[in-house]
Amino acid sequence: MGDRRWLHPGAWWVWALGLAAAASRTTNPLLLLLIITAAAVVVSARRPDAPWARSFGFFVRLGLIVIVVRVAVQVLFGAEIGTKVLIELPGIGLPTWLAGVRLGGDLTLESLLMALYDGLRLATILICVGAANSLASPTRLLKSVPAALYELGVSVVVTLTFTPQLVADVDRLATARRLRGRKTSGPRAIAGAAIPVLEGALERSVMLAAAMDSRGYGRRGTVSASARRTSSMLLLGGLVAACIGTYGLVSADAPVLLGLPMLGLGIAVAVSGVWLAGRASVRTSYRPDPWRAPEWLVSGAGVVAAGTFALAGWLAMPGLTASVDPPAWPQLPLLALAGVLIAMTPALTASPLPLSAVPPPRAPRTPRSPVEVTA
Amino acid sequence: MITFDDVTITYPGASTPTLTHVDLVIPEGELVLVVGRTGSGKTTLLRAINGLVPHFTGGTLAGRVIVDGRDTATHPPRELADLVGVVPQDPMSGFVTDTVEDELAYGMECLGIAPDVMRRRVEETLDLLGLADIRQRPLRSLSGGQRQRVAIGAVLAAHPRVLVLDEPTSALDPGAAEEVLAALQRLVHDLGVTVVMAEHRLERVVQYADMVVVVPGGDQRVRSGTPAEIMRSAPIAPPVVELGRLAGWQPLPLSVRDARRAAGPLRDLLVGRTPHLRAVPLKTRGLASTDDLVVRYGNHVALNHVSIDIAKGEIVALMGRNGAGKSTLLNAMVGVGPRGTGRVRVDGADPVALSGAALLRSVGLVPQEPGDLLESTTVADECRASDRDAECAPGTTRALLALMAPDIEDGTHPRDLSEGQRLLLVLCVILAARPPLLLLDEPTRGLDYPTKARLARVLTDLAEAGHAVMLATHDVELVAEVADRVVILAEGEVVADGPTTEVVTSSPMFAPQVAKILSPESWLTVDQVAGAMTADELDGVAG
Repeated sequence: MGDRRWLHPGAWWVWALGLAAAASRTTNPLLLLLIITAAAVVVSARRPDAPWARSFGFFVRLGLIVIVVRVAVQVLFGAEIGTKVLIELPGIGLPTWLAGVRLGGDLTLESLLMALYDGLRLATILICVGAANSLASPTRLLKSVPAALYELGVSVVVTLTFTPQLVADVDRLATARRLRGRKTSGPRAIAGAAIPVLEGALERSVMLAAAMDSRGYGRRGTVSASARRTSSMLLLGGLVAACIGTYGLVSADAPVLLGLPMLGLGIAVAVSGVWLAGRASVRTSYRPDPWRAPEWLVSGAGVVAAGTFALAGWLAMPGLTASVDPPAWPQLPLLALAGVLIAMTPALTASPLPLSAVPPPRAPRTPRSPVEVTA
Repeated sequence: MITFDDVTITYPGASTPTLTHVDLVIPEGELVLVVGRTGSGKTTLLRAINGLVPHFTGGTLAGRVIVDGRDTATHPPRELADLVGVVPQDPMSGFVTDTVEDELAYGMECLGIAPDVMRRRVEETLDLLGLADIRQRPLRSLSGGQRQRVAIGAVLAAHPRVLVLDEPTSALDPGAAEEVLAALQRLVHDLGVTVVMAEHRLERVVQYADMVVVVPGGDQRVRSGTPAEIMRSAPIAPPVVELGRLAGWQPLPLSVRDARRAAGPLRDLLVGRTPHLRAVPLKTRGLASTDDLVVRYGNHVALNHVSIDIAKGEIVALMGRNGAGKSTLLNAMVGVGPRGTGRVRVDGADPVALSGAALLRSVGLVPQEPGDLLESTTVADECRASDRDAECAPGTTRALLALMAPDIEDGTHPRDLSEGQRLLLVLCVILAARPPLLLLDEPTRGLDYPTKARLARVLTDLAEAGHAVMLATHDVELVAEVADRVVILAEGEVVADGPTTEVVTSSPMFAPQVAKILSPESWLTVDQVAGAMTADELDGVAG
């Protein structure tokens, strides 16, 4: 278990991305649901009490929407697969130049299942990202960002922390509308509240920027302008080279030299630019999160999960892709199952949170405020 | 330490400068108090010290501001960060991280201080400001006083030689304000930090100041001097000074302790006389009431079995620490926020069931941020919208406004009004429907003395006209002046409920300065004392 402390946010992201990589390799609904369960178990065990930590529920809802949209698209436009017609729907034949696209038509079990599995896979990937979001503090993650990218990172973090405040603003303005005897719902209410909310957010950003400026954010210290220019040129040049390299790698008719060698060169140049800029920055870091055994165990669990799915795919184990045509109850490949179980271990191996960050036990739900009820 | 050399500051688009020809020298290790009316340029003066004006805000600065040998013209705020620490008006708006400890370290991280030094200084700062118990707490879970101390600690940890604070105590209850002021005094005495702060609540801070800078606004020059010098002639002064002037005490006392020493003869003179109090129809209770009201936020019980009763024509002050449940109670009385158990009745109806004009006609609340209620782009539009909302005759709100604040023009954008003007505008908007019960949440936050006096008159007139008024406030002097009855809340429970004189004189925390000076006699305001003395006596004492 280890001491009570914050786990390195990088470890959570490695774990979550490993889990997402595993999910991307399968369409087996059982495996996907197991992955979601694994993510949920770990989140409920190690989620801190902070506004950003509540994003998991939001990502789960987003996942549900993705599934619904995917199925709806299939019903409306999807190609016809299989023969087991569930509902007969009228279809419209489209002109030949739109071959392959279909409007309406009979809904078959096969096409429905395919859309469902596909949507579920996408939803699972989203939920994995949501798990990382609610486990890893964005501000602590910022500390681990290379110094050169720090200022870019700050703008992202500031945006993230402002979103919950924006929600609070909306609530406050709903209250204000009630106090003026106006409707708290409907398009006019939203339009009326939009400007004050945005004004408030803008005002707060300006105040925060002033506060950060007065506390020394973005101090250049004694670094010369030419050194700054060199590092940004390296960074920019490296990124351009990396883009060309990626193009070379993907495109079939590009010369071989444009591929991997160019990509490697680009990355090397960009990394040296970041390193140079990092040396030029005056920033130091207070109590950086260490990377110790719990971090290795958590990130390792994610990597192993991704590895087992990749291996199962490489060995062509049955059950990794669920059979749609004909529809069949999916099998469970043991190797992948073991991977998911390992991905659940961070619920125990991750260092427990400091007591001050542990969420309080759930209270009985209070009835919602009348403002929300009328909304 | 800080030198203003013929400084004139003009904001972009402004026709006249905000500050003209300021010459000011602030020596090292002084506690300097900046006073002046709202909008007179106090904040501009403060922000010029670390170069936020004009580097961040735009505008032009003629003349020179030099801090410890560094000219702000060539040093932007970030290059002065190791020298000047600025605590913004709303501490929450300046927090960059999520927890106390990280916030304390943030400034040092930016300055590139070595990790081991940083670690040591964070520990020192935690001790210095008494934050060790809450070091790992998330910032948003802190109380107002704690937040203010964290904000001070966050700039202090970087060891600046100058600390600039903009109204550090205006949002705080008396206890928390004392906590913050004690911390500041320790910095000045033990560490030799130069502290420059703007504050409207003179009664809280003037006794600690070594120097007072008056920013009169308009074309008048900025003046400075010792507190006693400035207070002798200042148009705005805390009650202790006004009482001193009335009684002709020499030297003029600035603290309650000094005043008590001089107050012997005055106390003797007042024995046997009683203050003139407004007649209050206490028997006709029942305009509004809460009965056994319980409200929770999650696990936190915000109001615990609260039963109070308000009569027509009565002004009730709701006092208590930050977070004691004052705002929750006011919100419950207009049917906003989580609904608990118990009963709320306003004018015979449950406010939750009311909405629209019907709600406006029974109860109105001026919230802590009055600006929230304003949506239009001009004052005139706002007044017209208010007439529509309240379903009253066109022009009602505008007429009220002309009565209460004749200086507000039709074409002004509500955001460009001063805080006091905005409050009065919102008050008119709420009063347009003539609600029998008027609620105000912290109405005097950020208001200067003249605006506060005007608000006090408005509230008394409303009560005379039969409105019941309940206001939540930390301002003990305002309470002494206007309230007939005081209700004190602690942890969501009513701990005291009675006539103002009885409740506040018996409490060291909520007693106004005059009561402290003249105790055990129960006098609350300078006006009461003046009203009880004859013209001869006034002359006699003064002579």
